[in-house]
Amino acid sequence: MAASTSKHHILTVLVENKAGVLARVSGLFARRGFNIYSLAVAPTDDPRFSRITIVVDVESTPLEQITKQLFKLINVVKISELDPADAVERELMMVTVKAEGAGRGQVIELVQVFEGRIIDVGTDAITVVLAGPPSKLDDFEDLMRGFGITQLQRTGRVALPRLERQPHPTRLRRAG
Amino acid sequence: MKLNGGQALIKSLEMEGVEVMFGLPGGAILPVYDPIIDSPIRHILVRHEQGAGHMAEGYAHATGRPGVAMVTSGPGATNIVTPLCDAMMDSIPIVVITGQVPSMAIGTDAFQECDTIGITRSVTKHNELVTSAQDIPRVIHEAFHIATTGRPGPVLVDIPKDIVDPRHPNSAMEWYWPDSIDLPGYKPTTKGHPKMIREAARLIGESRRPVIYAGGGILKARAAEVLRELAELTGIHVVTTLMARGAFPDSHPLCLGMPGMHGNYTAVTSMQKADLLIALGSRFDDRVTGKVAAFAPDAKIIHVDIDPAELGKVRRPDVPIVGDCRLVIEELVRAVRDLGGAEAQPDRTEWNDTLRSWRETYPLRYEQGWEEGDKLKPQFCIESLCANSPDDTIVVSGVGQHQMWSSQLWKFDHPYTWVNSGGLGTMGFAVPAAVGAKVGMPGRTVWAIDGDGCFQMTAQELVTASAERIPIKVAILNNAYLGMVRQWQELFYEERYSEVYLSPDLPDYKMWAEAMGCVGLRVEHPDDVVAAIDKANSIDDRPVVIDFRCDSDEKVYPMVAAGTSNDDIILGPEFGQGGH
Repeated sequence: MAASTSKHHILTVLVENKAGVLARVSGLFARRGFNIYSLAVAPTDDPRFSRITIVVDVESTPLEQITKQLFKLINVVKISELDPADAVERELMMVTVKAEGAGRGQVIELVQVFEGRIIDVGTDAITVVLAGPPSKLDDFEDLMRGFGITQLQRTGRVALPRLERQPHPTRLRRAG
Repeated sequence: MKLNGGQALIKSLEMEGVEVMFGLPGGAILPVYDPIIDSPIRHILVRHEQGAGHMAEGYAHATGRPGVAMVTSGPGATNIVTPLCDAMMDSIPIVVITGQVPSMAIGTDAFQECDTIGITRSVTKHNELVTSAQDIPRVIHEAFHIATTGRPGPVLVDIPKDIVDPRHPNSAMEWYWPDSIDLPGYKPTTKGHPKMIREAARLIGESRRPVIYAGGGILKARAAEVLRELAELTGIHVVTTLMARGAFPDSHPLCLGMPGMHGNYTAVTSMQKADLLIALGSRFDDRVTGKVAAFAPDAKIIHVDIDPAELGKVRRPDVPIVGDCRLVIEELVRAVRDLGGAEAQPDRTEWNDTLRSWRETYPLRYEQGWEEGDKLKPQFCIESLCANSPDDTIVVSGVGQHQMWSSQLWKFDHPYTWVNSGGLGTMGFAVPAAVGAKVGMPGRTVWAIDGDGCFQMTAQELVTASAERIPIKVAILNNAYLGMVRQWQELFYEERYSEVYLSPDLPDYKMWAEAMGCVGLRVEHPDDVVAAIDKANSIDDRPVVIDFRCDSDEKVYPMVAAGTSNDDIILGPEFGQGGH
């Protein structure tokens, strides 16, 4: 599962903090056949607004049509489009891996290499938390698969524009 | 001033200038019906909630003012989903108020509870559940603002019973009327970009084979007059889509009529051969473009629409202009004048001659026989209706063959005289929409031209029309079939007629009309058509229904088969093409 390829784009969508807004956004994607790769919602520093970070599959539908349709939702205030190359992205993963006998040491070693943390230890498995760029999580997940993953959860990514290149997120002109 | 929520709701509608509303009461909305007794707003009691929604649409179509419908929770709300979707597809401004079970019962599967907001989310421009009586004026004001500005559309407001019931403390509120709108995510662009408008004027000035592709947005923007100015200034011909019939007069020498799946040859082919399409408030619907990859292959595109999502949705424009059609066309006229006006337009004699020869060679054709045993042609009925009714008659249709023939053959010379269900294609639209149009325009003759299949879906609203003394006229083109489906089965399913036969006599439309308080007439021979129409037009104290017994075999031509190119238009048997 290659999450960070150019087929994906990140939209950070500022929405009014009202009941049902997430349903409006996800319902729009479902109805128009747009694919969501991942989605994360959180309040902003202004209690009137929330921010939805959506990673979209731009191979299925042009990004322009997705953003224009999103803009038509009355509760959508602003959409910023982040090219993965111009953004810093982080995602959090929790994974329970089988860790028995000789494998236990190898798993712990890999956790250290990836700068993860062991947050729960069982007799024959451990649970690891790992935060980082999605591609790093992908790599870790691939490595753990060999030992046997029993449970895995990822949060979906959040992103902010990269500072050193001074990129203002391509603020789409509100045309509607 | 202390009011209860129900009083505040009705007062808010009065503040919005609502003169008439269409609805049917029930448990959850009951408290709002009480203050209606004391309100100057006229309430029209429908027989089915779908009727209320289509009446609100017909009213909005004909008047340009938002239509209002009010129904109860649960089945009342689900019954109005079809009109909401219809209004969404055709950008009709309506405001629908639904009752909801009391706040504390929401989510408990209470009697007549349904998730109205969830069910209608994708068929409304916006919807909102009101949670406090104090919010009612603000939400109603926002609902009318959203419904009528930008790209118009339906807005639904869901009202829990406790906030409107005077016996419940939750209904207490202090009256106010909002003096502003606070919608941070809603600011429609109405003025077109000046640079793009200049670029559009430049392209027009270079084009040898331009066509104006006028859509329903012209009517929504009240832009018919300025469209005419643009066409006459530049000498460019205009096609009017199904949603734009009447936006440019059919009698005008520059009018080419309707394009699309059942458009006339010249309108369809002019777009195919054009080097420039000036799309004004139109959306490149599949019924217009046919196979998109083969649509107007040589044309550059100027696309004007108030909805930015329409620009590039189907066909990438060379000059995209977001804005209100009237404002943009006004600026475009100015920009064309700045470049030298009519004198600076290139010589288009060759193109104009081509269009003229197509029109002469490929007119719409049908043959009405007058011998004993010759069947009555539906097209003849429509042409007779048009010729014998006032010039500004409002024509309302259902969906199917009768709709296409009406759009093709009626001579529309005024905007807002054609009301139909274009995008959703809702059978049963005609009768209730005609009632709504007549309520909005009581001085005008309103003819519903309906099919026998459509009529059976919503005919009960003629009871409403009789009871409320709304004298609409209905012409049923009774061919005893679901005619358009039959046409497809004949042409594409080897004449295997599956589940399309309806019978000409069951029901007996004349008796049914009379049972509903209307005058019922029946016409079986072409000789009797005009007399029946004259009689119907002379009656103004009750609705009239004419049962025209028509030829079942008649098909709509020209036709571009679904999914094929507009270049493969089938002209019909009169030209030796298509079926028999």
